[in-house]
Amino acid sequence: MSEVLEPTKNKDALIAVMDQCPAEAVPTESPLYHRKLGTRGAGTGAATVSAGELNLLGHLVIRGNAEEAAFCSGIEAALGVQLPETLKSVEGDDVSMSWIAPDEWLVLCPLAKAFAVEETLRENLNGHYSVVNVSGGQTVVRLSGSNAVNVLKKSSPYDFHDSHFPVGKVVTTAFAKTQAVICRKSADTWDLVIRRSFADYAWRWLEDAASEYGLQVTVE
Amino acid sequence: MFYIYCPYCKEHREEEEFHAKGQAHIARPADPDACTDEEWGEYLYFRKNPRGLHHEMWVHATGCRKFFNVTRDTQTYEIKEVYKMGERPSIVAQDQNPTAAKQA
Amino acid sequence: MATQKNRLKSGGRIDRNKPLTFFFNDQPYQGYEGDTLASALIANGVDVIGRSFKYGRPRGIMTAGADEPNAIMQLGATEATQIPNVRATQQELYAGLHCRPTSGWPSVDFDVMGLIGQFFGRMLPPGFYYKTFMFPESFWELYEKFIRKAAGFGRSPRERDPDIYDHMNQHTDVLVVGAGPAGLSAALSAARAGARVILADENAEFGGSLLSCRETVNGEPAHQWVKQAVEELEQNENVLLLPKSTVNGYHDHNFLTIHQRLADHIADKAPEGKARQRMHRVRAKWVVLATGAHERPLVFGNNDIPGCMLASSVSTYIRQYGVIPGRNLVLMTTNDHAYRTAFDWQDTGRKVIAIVDTRQNPTGPYIDEAKNRGIQVITGSAVIQAEGGKRVDGAMIAPISADGDKVTGEGTVLTCDTIATSGGWSPVVHLSCHTGSRPVWRSDIHGFVPGETVQKQLIAGAISGNYSLSGCLKDGADIGLLAAANAGHSTDGLAVAKLKVDELAEGEAMALYSIPHSKPNSRAPKQFVDYQNDVTAAGIELATREGFESIEHVKRYTAMGFGTDQGKLGNINGMAITAKSLNKTIPQTGTTVFRPNYTPVTFGAIAGRHCRDLFDPKRYTAMHEWHVENGAKFEDVGQWKRPWYYPKPGETMQDALNRECKATRDSVGVLDASTLGKIDIQGKDAREFISRIYTNAWAKLAVGKCRYGLMCGEDGMVFDDGVTSCLGENHFLMTTTSGGAARVLEWLELYHQTEWPELEVYMTSVTDHWATMSIAGPNSRKLLAELTDDIDLDKEAFKFMDWRQGTVAGVPARVFRISFTGELSYEINVPAHFGMHVWKKLFEHGAKYNLTPYGTETMHVLRAEKGFIIVGQDTDGSVHPYDLGMSWCVAETKPYSFVGKRGMKREDCVRVDRKQMVGLKTKDPRKVIPEGSQAVDNPNQPIPMTMLGHVTSSYYSACLGHSIAMGLVRNGLNRMGETVYYPQADGSVIEAEICSPIFLDPKGERQNV
Repeated sequence: MSEVLEPTKNKDALIAVMDQCPAEAVPTESPLYHRKLGTRGAGTGAATVSAGELNLLGHLVIRGNAEEAAFCSGIEAALGVQLPETLKSVEGDDVSMSWIAPDEWLVLCPLAKAFAVEETLRENLNGHYSVVNVSGGQTVVRLSGSNAVNVLKKSSPYDFHDSHFPVGKVVTTAFAKTQAVICRKSADTWDLVIRRSFADYAWRWLEDAASEYGLQVTVE
Repeated sequence: MFYIYCPYCKEHREEEEFHAKGQAHIARPADPDACTDEEWGEYLYFRKNPRGLHHEMWVHATGCRKFFNVTRDTQTYEIKEVYKMGERPSIVAQDQNPTAAKQA
Repeated sequence: MATQKNRLKSGGRIDRNKPLTFFFNDQPYQGYEGDTLASALIANGVDVIGRSFKYGRPRGIMTAGADEPNAIMQLGATEATQIPNVRATQQELYAGLHCRPTSGWPSVDFDVMGLIGQFFGRMLPPGFYYKTFMFPESFWELYEKFIRKAAGFGRSPRERDPDIYDHMNQHTDVLVVGAGPAGLSAALSAARAGARVILADENAEFGGSLLSCRETVNGEPAHQWVKQAVEELEQNENVLLLPKSTVNGYHDHNFLTIHQRLADHIADKAPEGKARQRMHRVRAKWVVLATGAHERPLVFGNNDIPGCMLASSVSTYIRQYGVIPGRNLVLMTTNDHAYRTAFDWQDTGRKVIAIVDTRQNPTGPYIDEAKNRGIQVITGSAVIQAEGGKRVDGAMIAPISADGDKVTGEGTVLTCDTIATSGGWSPVVHLSCHTGSRPVWRSDIHGFVPGETVQKQLIAGAISGNYSLSGCLKDGADIGLLAAANAGHSTDGLAVAKLKVDELAEGEAMALYSIPHSKPNSRAPKQFVDYQNDVTAAGIELATREGFESIEHVKRYTAMGFGTDQGKLGNINGMAITAKSLNKTIPQTGTTVFRPNYTPVTFGAIAGRHCRDLFDPKRYTAMHEWHVENGAKFEDVGQWKRPWYYPKPGETMQDALNRECKATRDSVGVLDASTLGKIDIQGKDAREFISRIYTNAWAKLAVGKCRYGLMCGEDGMVFDDGVTSCLGENHFLMTTTSGGAARVLEWLELYHQTEWPELEVYMTSVTDHWATMSIAGPNSRKLLAELTDDIDLDKEAFKFMDWRQGTVAGVPARVFRISFTGELSYEINVPAHFGMHVWKKLFEHGAKYNLTPYGTETMHVLRAEKGFIIVGQDTDGSVHPYDLGMSWCVAETKPYSFVGKRGMKREDCVRVDRKQMVGLKTKDPRKVIPEGSQAVDNPNQPIPMTMLGHVTSSYYSACLGHSIAMGLVRNGLNRMGETVYYPQADGSVIEAEICSPIFLDPKGERQNV
């Protein structure tokens, strides 16, 4: 079965690792592509909420044992960041890493670098761990503006108050009738990681909930 | 609507993030094939329904996806204690024998 | 337009420069901004605002708040904006408001039920409906329609509500309920301690009794202090002020719901883009209930004639709204507090005929002042009945005994048009009861106060029996500090500011819950206890005579405190009357408890944004837009929208299915299979883990191979299925049913986390990551070959049940040679970003093969032709693998006792006559047996027939030229070739032969080419 695993450079051939980027560019559609956010007008001047898709990022789910020193140092060596603590997110060059569960983290990076990051992780990690590329399966919606927090309060039962949700915190919680990984990036900026199949629903919910504050759609 | 402390996320979350998974500490028999029908039926179907303290399993479904145990008063709905899978409850009802319950 | 004949020349918190026109029963009236609908109706001298529930008696406005039992309105200028059950006392007036009573069909002035009530009043005792309308049972629906319409409880709109509703989740240290003197003080001190505070009040304006009281605070009118307090709170960014917001429910773990009316005071419809109402869902560390007290009316004969009102409400109308409900007042009271109403009335220049005090010898500053003002005070007496028809025209008073038990002398009639009464105060304990706490009786205040609770709840002010203004202000401030401290805030050095209140000392009140009449209650004019439900004192006595001794039974039998009323006005009087007629004390009799919601909440507010297009998530695949553009009809599978079939112009559904099926069997078809659940499983114990979860064997599945797996619960019943592929020695990709993905992943985690934590395995959902397209049919290999140059598609190199990694249409892909149709078939998985690209490339190259997109319905037909089950359609949780004839999928010799193994060996599971999955071939090849049809052996047997099992899947197969079906039949696997019958609802019977469910290509040659 060597031809099956041949395309990969997996060091122990136990895991089917796969570079999932096409060698040559092909039409690419992010989860909110069909919403044609780029064609929206600039919005009203009074808009106090902005939202847009940070599309086509690399998303890697890391699983491992945070109590193993080798795992922690492997992560640090591979990503240049320390394994984030409970409900925390850390930023490195081109990568961010968010706590999802005691044995699960989400790494975001440029899509083109996803395979390189995965390989670097695999080179630096040993023992029982897993790395799964889920880039096609989710997207990031960035919500900002002075009323962004009120849009979140309409959408999620979580407590978004400054005293409870400082910059750098990340939680996985209910968002309308779906769920989101919500990370506070700055005082007025929040990133929401949403599953692809729910993205249309979550976006339409968000537009509806934000409408009273005036919504400006931002495009990268 | 309960407000449940997740021992893995280390904070309280709204009930809608959790799924209730029934009575806690129900261990799968080590050798199912050796069980009589009655013993297997006990394991499968028979559950306590106490008035008062009850140990329940919950999962933080819309969150860290971890299972854990909750000791709850079924009359007042007070949650007396939350503890991780594999841990023992420190609060038990007078008429419950904690050592008899198998560890899940 | 009627004039505002009862509007005072000055005073009140209304804006006389802003007149508003509104409509009651389509008649125009005028009020002012700041009015409630009730105050505006009173200003216009509208006496009769509805008819009573059972007896159809004319009713007027009784109160000025949430306790109003009569003035219950249907609002809305258009059909779409109808809102039922709005209390006129709580509805702010706006220009163009349209309202009509919810009761009194066909009109308040001519009332069918009124006539019935007059003639048959004696025939309408408590329990009347139970007794009369029960027989014959089949008539109940008819009775109910009439009763509901005649009784009138409002109606919902028949058109879509044009308004937006909203939810908002809140977290706070301290939630203060009620912004009267205690609530405002509590909020102030909690906020000063640095706590996050929410202050909610059901009224438009904060202040509660401070807005209409006679007392001054720090030498100024009390509303000045309110203004300062609100200003201070507004400036604190940790304080959220919610006026027009009713805290309706107090739920577990200090979760409370608040119904905020954002635009109900503006117009019939909210301004464009703005929410009409908002439900706040609050999680509070501590709750301070400062809900105050409701005044108790006194129960006497004809006490429902319009013009009978609560004393404090009369004061509120005068002082807060500048309206007076009549000309000549008789005040009946058991306490000093109500004397203010007489003073307020007299201050407007209108006449107080008398204060009738039920106490024998009341003394003190209030009595002195009344005398100084020249008001006649008649002591040791009571109003035993009101005189009048549609309006009070007199009050019959009589001396009563010291204990209030009986009338001791002749009655005389005082001419008047208004009778205000006060029987003291009942703390508003409703919220404290919502989580199951029982209120406790305090004989010193003649009222129930909140009992013990497990909630983090404090009470302040009148709810705790503290009825003096200075007491409420101080209590609130102290409790506010305590709440902040309990929530973790330091209150060191925070002293409670002492406020100077000028108030007169009140003497002792008399405990009196019903006024005696010279006749026994059963013969006296009706003495109403619960106005909304038409429960009288005599009715309660009758209920106890009939043997209802528990207060809960009395409540249910009489309907006291039912429905939207929740016993605000009448419950205490009712309990006291019950206690008295049972010769018990009130604490012995106890109280019923109150349930959410405190006042009615609109369905709009409950639904919030979760309606219409956002009612439920719709999940889409990466190729969804293509399906839409190509005319697909969609089917809901869980939350997924899956293409069902793709009709061409002029095609029926069956035409489309026939075409899709034949194109696939003849050449090649393609299905969007992205919705299948996909779970990536990694770890050195992945194989062992899968072996324990699935029923079949996995030990020898080589890298590069795929296998169908069956998953059972511990009861041995089939629970999910799918193909799992070995991607690497420690790496598997499991697929699940579309609807079962989340459930299966949670199931795997359950076993991993609770039973086998020692197994080294990690599971990650990749359902959304991979776009999956399944090409099936004899030309699928040729088509795929055009899109890949790095996968060897030779049938020997890439066999059935193999998978390969390579490039499809320039995109890295995993291709699985598996088949759910029985055809040569490939399932192409690419990262979802590229799904649309690859899908379109398939069609670019597929045109010459007549590549045909097919949906779930064709998929169902094609798989049924092959006898493949669909979990959830052919199984229902009572079917194990042997029932399905799938013993080949159970590896009994696996070393570990896999999940479900023991279960399927239970005595009941090994019976020979279980229902088993078989194929069914109808005698008439064109007849398709409806799914769900029940099999019987003899269709001529009497009903109920002995049923043998039901049809689970049934279709017309265009490829085979006859109908096919699968179904469960008792002992079916041993009955091949026998005939069973399917009787139909229309009396016809469909005859079918039991056969193998594999209708097409039993040897599986087509998929192995």
